[in-house]
Amino acid sequence: MRRARTWLPGLLLVSPSIVAIGVFVYGLIGWNLKVAMSSWHTVISPQRFVGLENLSKLWGEARWDLAVRHAVIFTVAFVGGAMLLGWVLALLLDKKVRAEGGFQAIYLFPMAVSFIAAGIVWRWLMNPAPAERASGLNLLFDRIGLGFLANDWWQNRSWGMAAMAIPAVWQMGGYVMALFLAGLRGVSEDLREAARVDGCTEWQVYSKVVIPQLRPVTFAALIILGHISLKVFDLIVAISGKQIITDVPAVYMWAMVFDAHDFAKGAAIATYILLAVALLIIPYLVFVVRTERQA
Amino acid sequence: MQPKRRWAGAMALLTAMALALAACGGGDEGGQGQGQGQPQAASGKVEVFSWWTGGGEAKGLEAMIADFKQKYPNIEFVNAAVAGGSGTNAKAVLASRLQAQQPPDSFQGHAGAELLDYIKAGQLEPLNSLYDEQGLRNVFPPQLVDQISFEGNIYSVPVNIHRSNLLWFSPTVLKEAGIDKPPATIDEFIADLKTVKDKTKKIPISLGAQWTADHLLESVLLGTLGVDAYNALWKPGADWNAPQVTKALENFATIHSYANTEAASTDWQVAAKNVVDGKAAFNIMGDWAAGYFSADLKKTAKTDYDWAASPGTDGVYMWLSDSFTLPKNAPNPAAAKAWLAEAGSKAGQDAFNPLKGSIPARTDADASLYKDYLAWALEQWKGSKLAGSMWHGVTVNNAWHTDIDTAVGLFLQDNNVGNFQKALVDAATKNNAG
Repeated sequence: MRRARTWLPGLLLVSPSIVAIGVFVYGLIGWNLKVAMSSWHTVISPQRFVGLENLSKLWGEARWDLAVRHAVIFTVAFVGGAMLLGWVLALLLDKKVRAEGGFQAIYLFPMAVSFIAAGIVWRWLMNPAPAERASGLNLLFDRIGLGFLANDWWQNRSWGMAAMAIPAVWQMGGYVMALFLAGLRGVSEDLREAARVDGCTEWQVYSKVVIPQLRPVTFAALIILGHISLKVFDLIVAISGKQIITDVPAVYMWAMVFDAHDFAKGAAIATYILLAVALLIIPYLVFVVRTERQA
Repeated sequence: MQPKRRWAGAMALLTAMALALAACGGGDEGGQGQGQGQPQAASGKVEVFSWWTGGGEAKGLEAMIADFKQKYPNIEFVNAAVAGGSGTNAKAVLASRLQAQQPPDSFQGHAGAELLDYIKAGQLEPLNSLYDEQGLRNVFPPQLVDQISFEGNIYSVPVNIHRSNLLWFSPTVLKEAGIDKPPATIDEFIADLKTVKDKTKKIPISLGAQWTADHLLESVLLGTLGVDAYNALWKPGADWNAPQVTKALENFATIHSYANTEAASTDWQVAAKNVVDGKAAFNIMGDWAAGYFSADLKKTAKTDYDWAASPGTDGVYMWLSDSFTLPKNAPNPAAAKAWLAEAGSKAGQDAFNPLKGSIPARTDADASLYKDYLAWALEQWKGSKLAGSMWHGVTVNNAWHTDIDTAVGLFLQDNNVGNFQKALVDAATKNNAG
């Protein structure tokens, strides 16, 4: 009885969230898997079990291959861009500039804007019309004599998805900066002093002492950006709508479920998105658990 | 009718939640509507579901509701409109209500094959007896009734008619290019596009986001194949491999090559506005553009903009229609039938359409109510052959519609007519099972 008194209140306290997560997260993941392996291709078709057929049939399909290619280009450009921007900003701010708080706020502000709102603004900024009908950035380039910089942005058929990553980098760069800045501040000044006393150049202080200590932060930033990137939907829909030129798995999934009413195919795409995110998250969780055990 | 897709992202989340909740709530509340018995006289509430929440559409609906209340003072009208162009959001909400077996008394849908998913799922009641009672078979064009019938049954009452195959053009730009009349055939059209490109700095044909290319495709198919071959495309056993289809797709590719480079970054409004602003010579868009030009942009017909049937389609009315249905297990079927009678009536259609910017499906409308473009459209509706619009839900069901959209999108990526035709053949094989 006394024992129950120690663990029962705690359990009661967390049980609503355990049940809610069990039903709404894991329950729905399970249901999604069931649909993905069924023949539920129209509103009325029978829901027979078909195994992995839906999952394997996607490969080789023109639209799916394109969507995956787009997701990869977007992810590389977005994660790479945001990491680089965040890292550079953090290094600059780490030098104890004046009005540092002000700069931090400025760089973090874009995060307060939703992807939808940012998307609508960037849709206008990245309008690829030629000079006489141009708006946004192309018009700006034209006016300041940098007309050669004008380009077709996300409407470029091969690499447009990299341009699509620009608004995302703009939004998340400040966040990565904040992560790195916290990481940099966490490296004690004593260590740096010691390195300098031992004759390290400033570059060596960073490359041999500071950066190795930032590995957990880098890892966390990669995970956060990576999973946002693989699931990206709202930004794409706000900028381009449901067009093949910027198709990604999440948009394809929406089209299958809500436009075509092919629920099994939509669920199969959802399964791949989940798998891709899991490939990122699970190693991270393993890493976190291991580090905590060591500590 | 006006697709606004920007909110789709936000709605995705809401819809997912609505679906989840509906699935949970279905069990205990599903049976509510049943067991009330058939009310003898129409009274009580009628809940009507639509996506008319703004602009002329909402005003038209209100006018029709006002007329309805006068005729049926015992029925309380509940307007269950869900915002979002083309009904993207409304359809998702509706799907969840139908799944939870809590249908409204009547809901809006594009007449034709777009309703097939509901019909095949047994979610709609046939309305043949209502058509007979109200004499609707005599006042709608027979070809229209034929094109909205499925296995001999009619499932919806068309309240309006829009036209899809229209060529909008700028008289000033045509004059600048030295073109004295709008093109009558596809070949003339292609020649004119080249003239505009060579002689002016204007956009030959102004397009918007991907769906406007889908819209262009149906007009080019109709213009190249002719009305009978076009209508046959959507029947079982249609030959999408035919050389005539190849020709149509090549025409489509050629016409599309004269489009504005920024098309994908805009929507139909900007594409159409380019014409009235004198930035583009041609635009192929449905007749909601007329309402946009005159009501929203305050432009003058015949001087700022002019129109003709899209090239090669004169004498054919490629139609699409908003219609109302009777869901199975509607809580108040008697009142729902009263609403459907209203939607099919002359007074109802004449109240709704001048404000919505469309024409009545009935051929006995009061012509004095319709001005400018609509007056012309009303004349054309009476004398034309009919073709159903592919993109706007008449000839293809949802799955086929999505597959064609995908094929068009991929074509815009690779510009390969061979792949394009193969994708369309595959789409037809997969979905055209009758």
